[in-house]
Amino acid sequence: MSAETPNPAATEAPVPVAGRSVMKRLVTNPMGAICLAYLLFVIFLGLSSPFLAPFQPNQADLNAVNAGPFEPGHLLGADSAGRDILSQLMWGTSQTLLGSVLVLTISVAAGVTGGLLAGFYRGKFETAADWVNDVIMSLPSIVLLIALYALTGPNVMVAMAVFGLLVAPTYYRLVRAVVVGVRTELYVDAAKVVGLSDQRIIGRHVLWAVRAPVVIQSSFILAAGIGIQAGVEFLGLGDPKQASWGGTLQNANNNIYNNRFGVLWPALLVTLTILALVLLGNVLRDVLQSSARNKTLRKDRRRELARKAQQERTAATSDLPAQDVVLSIRGLRVGYPDGPDSVREVVHGVDLDVRRGEIHGLVGESGSGKSQMAFSTLGILPKEAVILGGSIYQGGEDILADDKSMKKARGHRIGYIPQEPMSNLDPSFTIGAQLVYGLRAVKTISAKEAKKQLTTLLAKVGIRDPEGIMRLYPHEISGGMAQRVLICGAVAADPDLIVADEPTTALDVTVQAEVLELLRQLSKERGLAMILVTHNLGVVADLCDTVSVMKSGRIVEHNDVESLFEDPQQDYTKELLESTRRVELLEV
Amino acid sequence: MMLSVLKRLLRSAVIVLIVTFATFSLMFGNGPGIARAILGYQATEGDVQRKVVQLGLDRPLLVQYGDWLGNAVTGNLGESFFTGQTVTSALATRVPVTLTLVVLTMILTIIISVLLGVAAAVYGGWLDRALQFVAVLGAAAPSFIIAIGLVFAFAIAVRIFPATGYVSPDISLGGWLLSVTLPVISLLVGSVANAASQFRGAVLDVLSRDFVRTLRARGIPGSHIIFRHVLRNAGGPGLTVLSLQTLGLVGGAIFVELVFALPGIGQLANLSTQNGDVPMAMGPVVVTIIIVLVVNFIGDFANTMLNPKARTR
Repeated sequence: MSAETPNPAATEAPVPVAGRSVMKRLVTNPMGAICLAYLLFVIFLGLSSPFLAPFQPNQADLNAVNAGPFEPGHLLGADSAGRDILSQLMWGTSQTLLGSVLVLTISVAAGVTGGLLAGFYRGKFETAADWVNDVIMSLPSIVLLIALYALTGPNVMVAMAVFGLLVAPTYYRLVRAVVVGVRTELYVDAAKVVGLSDQRIIGRHVLWAVRAPVVIQSSFILAAGIGIQAGVEFLGLGDPKQASWGGTLQNANNNIYNNRFGVLWPALLVTLTILALVLLGNVLRDVLQSSARNKTLRKDRRRELARKAQQERTAATSDLPAQDVVLSIRGLRVGYPDGPDSVREVVHGVDLDVRRGEIHGLVGESGSGKSQMAFSTLGILPKEAVILGGSIYQGGEDILADDKSMKKARGHRIGYIPQEPMSNLDPSFTIGAQLVYGLRAVKTISAKEAKKQLTTLLAKVGIRDPEGIMRLYPHEISGGMAQRVLICGAVAADPDLIVADEPTTALDVTVQAEVLELLRQLSKERGLAMILVTHNLGVVADLCDTVSVMKSGRIVEHNDVESLFEDPQQDYTKELLESTRRVELLEV
Repeated sequence: MMLSVLKRLLRSAVIVLIVTFATFSLMFGNGPGIARAILGYQATEGDVQRKVVQLGLDRPLLVQYGDWLGNAVTGNLGESFFTGQTVTSALATRVPVTLTLVVLTMILTIIISVLLGVAAAVYGGWLDRALQFVAVLGAAAPSFIIAIGLVFAFAIAVRIFPATGYVSPDISLGGWLLSVTLPVISLLVGSVANAASQFRGAVLDVLSRDFVRTLRARGIPGSHIIFRHVLRNAGGPGLTVLSLQTLGLVGGAIFVELVFALPGIGQLANLSTQNGDVPMAMGPVVVTIIIVLVVNFIGDFANTMLNPKARTR
């Protein structure tokens, strides 16, 4: 993105956390604590079944056939054969625990090993491993598990082992991606230079880097495994003599008309356990991978700030701009959320006037707020940005005060030329389709008329075969041509003002000069005012009439171009000019 | 483009071979086991041996598979060990049931998850949080548990829908709709939960791209940008997710058929396998893999149509 939006992820590296503090953060997170407590309870239920289960798994109590819940001796009732449901579920839990351990061990062992090897050695091994994984992932797992029954008979543990192999690709892909990333990072190279063996490198660095995603994924794999195990048992593929969650559910389901609450307990147990694992996975992801601070602004706080800015506007309407001024910015302040309640201001009260036909350069280093100013003028700030105050007048209307006038201005009176030509055209539509559609969105003319006007305009911006170009898709034209198309789109609706955000940065040097010349020509012919956002003082000297220098969200100096270059007033401007000259000397 | 279609066809053929061979080996791998399942537990060892030879299960697995495959390409999938009914005729009555479930669920999934995904991505806020929570819940609950829950609620407690059974649409259209409503909802919950959150991601991804900002700057109304430009660009990744979901959907249908006693191919596969009627059980395997491949193929094709880069190459 060309915008200098403050990116929280970039400034704060992912927090490296050691084992103990992860546990602590997991437990202090309410959701994490609840899930962990529940899962520990399930594990306890399973491990304690030989000692605490009120009945043996297949012990039938003929007096209790189809007993409802909370009947004496049968807390959760009994099934159609008089077997105690609580005991069945407790004995079944140990089966589920066993199955889970099996799935996890096999999938992690196969997937992580494969991923490590493929990511580290690449080449043919990786190609082969990728192919195997693709095939495995296209297998219908439940169908295979049913087929397995024909071979092994009722043996859920074998089925779970096979399921472990079937889900191993999840780990494989994850680990391979991380390893490839880590491998290209400097520290593995450094380790190689130091002379560590491959095994040591994998063990030390790579395993360390993949542990977080593997832990998170394991939570989801366990959830899937428990679902599949219960499913396989529910289909009747389990050993009928062995108590199990799915088997209990199957019996209860077949008996649903005689004892309707029988299905409730196994269904709840399976669902809650899966849910706990999935939620735990989400909490783990938050704890292990993202920065802890929440940077979204509360809604009411956002509204309050907008209201304040609006009050300020109605209070100060005395300073109305002169007649030939097409754009007038007064006291513009823009901020970004820093937490649920606080906003960090990045543009601190900026004033600017641009006259008809004037080309105004807005210079400054990245992060100085120049793009924020440009985007405010167009009303295309990122969603999270907050306008904290100030006004932007266009044609006598304050477009910040009123959404309608903003909509009226955008595209009609003000056009936008972006920095990166290729990414700013919609790849799914032909050049002609998107230009015609864009023009007709702001001007009530027929498609035919729009096409005619655009063909003329395309020729004017230096495209030789306008009709041919209109039939092409963005990926079929060059960057320079794409930029001309975008310029054509910006001026098509005949605006008074163009905001160009580094319009030549992404282009080849020879094309740069041509595009600048085109902009100059358009400005002269149409009386177009232009705001040229750039960090390139050479472009400013070449094209602009006036210039503002921005630093840390303020305009520190404003003058016409000659005066600024000959006699800079501010130290910062001098510094900027000085450094540009140094670069030029180097390039010569 | 012809080349990529050919490549895909070849790939699909390889997958059909691998899947059918893998399942065939599992199903036919244990000859005595099959014979024992057919004859029952009282049969003598000698009876079992004779049965194995009689059914040709003593031949090498590869030979048996070769025979099966040779017949399969001519449309002959063999016949039941028990009834002598041909597998294809059994499939003929059952495939429509499963296809009804799968196709209805897919269509509804597309509609609902596009709407939900776009709404959550565009409006954000509570709607987005609600969708994400429901997505976790929906993805967590296996389809058969949802199915049991629905039977519990709507067929037993509040008797609106028939609990079990299937009514063919040529007998009664209304009865057909009622009989598939609960099964389709059971499959839909997980399917929408997954697809909607994926689609939300795809829409958010497109919304963050530069050209959307440029379109906004051109003065194109927000709703036009969403429905014309964003949706078109998010369509590709969205379709890929949907077509990948078919595999899970067909698997889920097996469970749902069991809960609602629908005579589909899932039920056929499950019952035949447990009875040792392995030729019959192979039928659903073939149908399943074909459904999955056809859907993936359609998904790929639609994707190519949506993506001009792939189309013009």
